[in-house]
Amino acid sequence: MNKLTLTSKNFLILRIILLVGLIILVTLPFYAAIYTTIFLSTIFMYIVLTSSWAMFSGPTAQISLATAAFFGVGIYIAATLGTIMPLLVVVLIGGLVSAALALFVGGLTLRLKGIYFTIFTFGLLELMKNLLLWFEIKFTGTRGRFVVVVDYNTVYFIMLAILVLTLLTAYLIRQSKYGLALQSIGEQEEAAEHIGINVTLVKVFTFAISAFFIGAAGTIMATRWTYVDPYIAFNMNFSFTPVLMAIFGGIGPLFGPVLGAIIFAYLEEILITQFPYYYMLLFGMVMVVSVLYLPNGLIGLIQKWRARATGGEHGNS
Amino acid sequence: MAILEGEGVTKYFGGLVAVSDVDFHVDQGEIVGLIGPNGAGKTTLFGLISAALVPKPGLIRFKGENITGLKPHQICRKGLARTFQSVKIFPNMPVISNVALGVHFGTPERVTSAQAVEEAARLLEFVGLSAMAAIPAKDLTLVNQKLLEVARALATKPEVLLLDEIMAGLNSTEIAQAMELVSKIRAQGITIFMIEHVMKAIMSVCDRIMVLHHGKKIAEGTPQEIATSETVIKVYLGE
Repeated sequence: MNKLTLTSKNFLILRIILLVGLIILVTLPFYAAIYTTIFLSTIFMYIVLTSSWAMFSGPTAQISLATAAFFGVGIYIAATLGTIMPLLVVVLIGGLVSAALALFVGGLTLRLKGIYFTIFTFGLLELMKNLLLWFEIKFTGTRGRFVVVVDYNTVYFIMLAILVLTLLTAYLIRQSKYGLALQSIGEQEEAAEHIGINVTLVKVFTFAISAFFIGAAGTIMATRWTYVDPYIAFNMNFSFTPVLMAIFGGIGPLFGPVLGAIIFAYLEEILITQFPYYYMLLFGMVMVVSVLYLPNGLIGLIQKWRARATGGEHGNS
Repeated sequence: MAILEGEGVTKYFGGLVAVSDVDFHVDQGEIVGLIGPNGAGKTTLFGLISAALVPKPGLIRFKGENITGLKPHQICRKGLARTFQSVKIFPNMPVISNVALGVHFGTPERVTSAQAVEEAARLLEFVGLSAMAAIPAKDLTLVNQKLLEVARALATKPEVLLLDEIMAGLNSTEIAQAMELVSKIRAQGITIFMIEHVMKAIMSVCDRIMVLHHGKKIAEGTPQEIATSETVIKVYLGE
């Protein structure tokens, strides 16, 4: 009983913190520097990519490298529809087309296990890139497109909205029976099937939901780049970075990927501006150290400290 | 009336026949035992019934309906649950969540999470694991993990329960408890089809016994008939 009231109290405090944080973030563009607004939009993007990736790959332990493919689909939707439709509609379409692609490839490939699934998703990225390249050269006679430019405050607000929706969805999935089902699939897929879980359906839908947010993020981010071509849009870094960010922050808990994305994006910014020549080297070292010494990511470390501080036996996972 | 029946059920693994042209039936309310030496095809037959494997050729009917070719989750929702010989629990989840998942997904009905947890707690009490509800399933002893699998299977509200060697590795006290559990499950109106190597248990608890050898059904009858059958004795003890 005591434990119950304690957790609901913690929950209330957490909610207040989240609410205050959100208010600060919503009002920020009105008083912060332009650089802050733009930089925060980038961080939001990384949080969306990382949390969406972790939504599916976290519990199921099936590592997807298709993030950049869904992201690229969003970018190309912005490039093709940006001038003829209102921005919010374009963002929505970007998300929906990505989700549709995820439904399609998920239905075909989620039977694949482990490394085979990972390689396939990576192949999907290359396929999308080369298909577009071929299409543009063959039919439109161009390579690359201009994207309609949107002012940075609008980008910021839409990115923030996508971020809030992503985290809310991730939270709701976790709280629902489908979150539990996803975890059971990751732990013992065969048993999950035999207790009545439609494993394929649960996996494909979660994959599609995560792709929706990735695609929407791609659509709005594209407006910052003015010009895109298949190499820019389907850049494999957008597949690998979210995985690294999630590992760095901790894949399991909801806020692990968020923390990982924030610190990673910040680190990248600092390193790239302060040490442009050693940036990749330093980045690599941080990654190696975190994989070696933080098996559960930063969140795992924090939980360990908290558990030690409260003298509890189990960390709150 | 036969609630579960199979006709000419066959399964090849490559060129090796694991189950060969087996006809079987399990009547409503019965406890049927399935025995046979190692590698006889017992677990394969359970895999075929629960749709982990597809018979080729062969036909499996549940409550008169052909269920061959359905997916495992569909079979489960129709009311046919199983446990696994090599335990397949969800190791990092609390014991109670393992069972609650069965309540949530095992039947077409919708339940709230509070109802699911309540039902899971009831089932844990039924199999005697109430004290361990909150600990991760991987921390249970093997015996308790097997009981957890039984509770999880019961959570899906089965009409027929396939038990695959739940007594393997148990001491004699635990075997007695497991036998009592099997009778308690039957008393709830659940039909049981069980694989077991513990002869004492299978002879006393089953109404009828089937014997598999090299994938073929070589004998079937009451425990007395099986115990005195020359074919069965030959298979088990050699000529």
